[in-house]
Amino acid sequence: MNAPVDSLETFRAETRAWLEANCPPEMRRPLRKEADVVWGGRRAQLSEPQRQWLDRMAERGWTTPDWPREYGGGGLTPQQAKALREEMAGLGCRSPLNSFGISMLGPALLKYGTEAQKQEHLPKIVRGEIRWCQGYSEPGAGSDLAGLQTSAEDAGDHFVVNGQKVWTSYADKADWIFCLVRTDKSVKQGGISFVLFDMDSAGVSTKPILLISGSSPFCETFFDDVKVPKANLIGELNHGWDVAKYLLGHEREMISGMGLGNSGHKSLPEIALGAIGAEADGRLDDPVLRARIALFEVRAMAFQAMSERFMDELKARRAHPAQPSMMKYYGTELNKARHELIMAAGGSDALAWDSEASGGGALARGWLRTKGNSIEGGTSEVQLNIVAKRILELPGA
Amino acid sequence: MPLFLNDDQAMLADTARPFMAEQAPVGHMRALRDTADPTGFSRDLWRQFAEMGFTGMLVEEAHGGLGLGQVEAGIVMEEIGRNLTPSPFLSTSVGAVTALKGAAGLAERWLPGIVAGEVVAALAIDEATHHRPLRTALKAERSGNGFRLTGDKRFVAHGHVADLLIVAARTAGAPGEADGITLFAVEKGAPGLTATPERLADASLASRLAFDGVQVDADAVIGEVDGGWAVLSRVLAAVRTGAAAEMGGVSAAALAMTMDYLKSRKQFGVHIGSFQALQHRAAHLYSEMEVTRSAVLKAQQLLDAGDPAAERATLVAKAMAGLTTTLAVQEGVQMHGGIGMTDAYDIGFYIKRGRVLAEMFGDADFHADQLARLSGY
Repeated sequence: MNAPVDSLETFRAETRAWLEANCPPEMRRPLRKEADVVWGGRRAQLSEPQRQWLDRMAERGWTTPDWPREYGGGGLTPQQAKALREEMAGLGCRSPLNSFGISMLGPALLKYGTEAQKQEHLPKIVRGEIRWCQGYSEPGAGSDLAGLQTSAEDAGDHFVVNGQKVWTSYADKADWIFCLVRTDKSVKQGGISFVLFDMDSAGVSTKPILLISGSSPFCETFFDDVKVPKANLIGELNHGWDVAKYLLGHEREMISGMGLGNSGHKSLPEIALGAIGAEADGRLDDPVLRARIALFEVRAMAFQAMSERFMDELKARRAHPAQPSMMKYYGTELNKARHELIMAAGGSDALAWDSEASGGGALARGWLRTKGNSIEGGTSEVQLNIVAKRILELPGA
Repeated sequence: MPLFLNDDQAMLADTARPFMAEQAPVGHMRALRDTADPTGFSRDLWRQFAEMGFTGMLVEEAHGGLGLGQVEAGIVMEEIGRNLTPSPFLSTSVGAVTALKGAAGLAERWLPGIVAGEVVAALAIDEATHHRPLRTALKAERSGNGFRLTGDKRFVAHGHVADLLIVAARTAGAPGEADGITLFAVEKGAPGLTATPERLADASLASRLAFDGVQVDADAVIGEVDGGWAVLSRVLAAVRTGAAAEMGGVSAAALAMTMDYLKSRKQFGVHIGSFQALQHRAAHLYSEMEVTRSAVLKAQQLLDAGDPAAERATLVAKAMAGLTTTLAVQEGVQMHGGIGMTDAYDIGFYIKRGRVLAEMFGDADFHADQLARLSGY
């Protein structure tokens, strides 16, 4: 009974020592701007410390701590992976690599990929060599994702893909895409396949979409007679919907993490105290806003515990398969509430759009960006439908 | 430690759940209410709690208990909540036991009786309409070889039948100050002490206590004279977390009853659970309950580990439980429709118990305010 605990404590101590020795000091400062986030990929322009940190972590497989070693992962147990996360948080280490390859495609490949596909793609994800994007939504297929029309025609040893995707995150910066295509028009879910292809392929073009926040994290993506080798089909032909749903669960987990807020930024009470000031006894000089913030913080801390429990249950394979929908719903609604309060706390300062002092309108733009959280990856309403039917087992209409 | 029950704890839950459902279902509480039972709980059931080992769960093994923690006590609390079982478990086996832990003399005097299911204890803390323990004003003056207690307490669950009262009093300083609060163990029937039981909305009995120069010996002091805040804080952390766990059971039962109803009641020729308007309300409630369950378990684990982060986690757990249980019981009544408003149907009992528990040891507003103070705003 004691041995695993002791060895976990040993692992923890060794990990802390290794992190202290290997995480560059620049990588232990809070994220300040977009370029501080490392996404990797062929065209990544990393600073020296970012490159060092990524390479050192990738060498141990710790960009993907719980992936199997044979694909470049860390091979850690759930307890070890949790200890690593906790030690990184304790030392303020940044994530060495942000990647849809890690959070979305990787888990799907591990489950549905062939050995050759795993060997080909997973190590590059671990090392941040290839940046992935996700081709799911289409102009006519949003909440009703299975209504997608992008077609893949059989042309012998390859498919020919034609159609349009929309809301493709960072398609203009990505190297490869994992994409849902229609390989049978006669059935809905049962006519979808899951394919991978290089964004440099002939016939692929992207067009960034300007959002209300003034930035363009999403693109329209067009496919015009794009050749995709059949070896790039993941899972069986016409069984892509299973892969898609499995991957969506992981996407929802990732988005729900937004509910935890960004530890690098000023906290909500700090923003409010800075803008409004305190009474003699230290209380925020706006009792109504103070109460709203306090009740929000209760929820935010509770959700932090929920996230910890969810991760623990997931690693122990005890989580309900539809639980990511609950997490996504709660986390994104919480994040929207946080940013509404940040705007209220900042007052007119928070309205600035492009001044230097406002960090280029960071508060206002951040606030607007969060409005998409409860839409992307399945709307809040879709998540509630899933919880009602799959967890509460309420009858269909 | 993963944030879910370990195998031993899951086994305890598997034992406690059927035990409570068989021995003390909602009908047990309804019967006590209908007969205006003057005790407020069943002493037979309390002795059964002792046989199950529940009464001494938090008592160290050296004193005949099981030496378990808040997670295990929370498992019993949750079943009490699920079945609305009237029980002195929270005030006695969680509150008083936490107070007596390490109290030389008093521990030997009281713990064996608690473990045996013979002693019931009550917590005399509140003095005004709202839980404000720092404002403790009940006066304890030096007198003879001990103290004389003068003042009033209210909202004391089981206060009229308790063999032992844990009393927060002021030996120095002014209301609002932590220093100068002292905790006393006062025995039933002390001259000058009167208890007036009052039936609350949920049919439970809580007492107003009048201390009219009640004389206690110096060895009735729990912890240090003027330094009782430290002990009281530990007691409050334990009972707030326990009440939060009980509320988890109240919410879970309300949700379960409501889901059963949505799957059986038909209108417009279909089960009403097929309507998206109700599905979304139910799914939202489920989400709040899952988040709350996690917050409560986190507080329990941190308390058991003696982690300083337990202070905040406890505030969050009680606040969140208050908010969520209030939502759960209201949604329960609303989704039941007219039948939910009838006394014959059990869901109404849940809304009443939920309200009492939300108020007990501080409501969500109180705890959110405490959290804000701790965070410096």
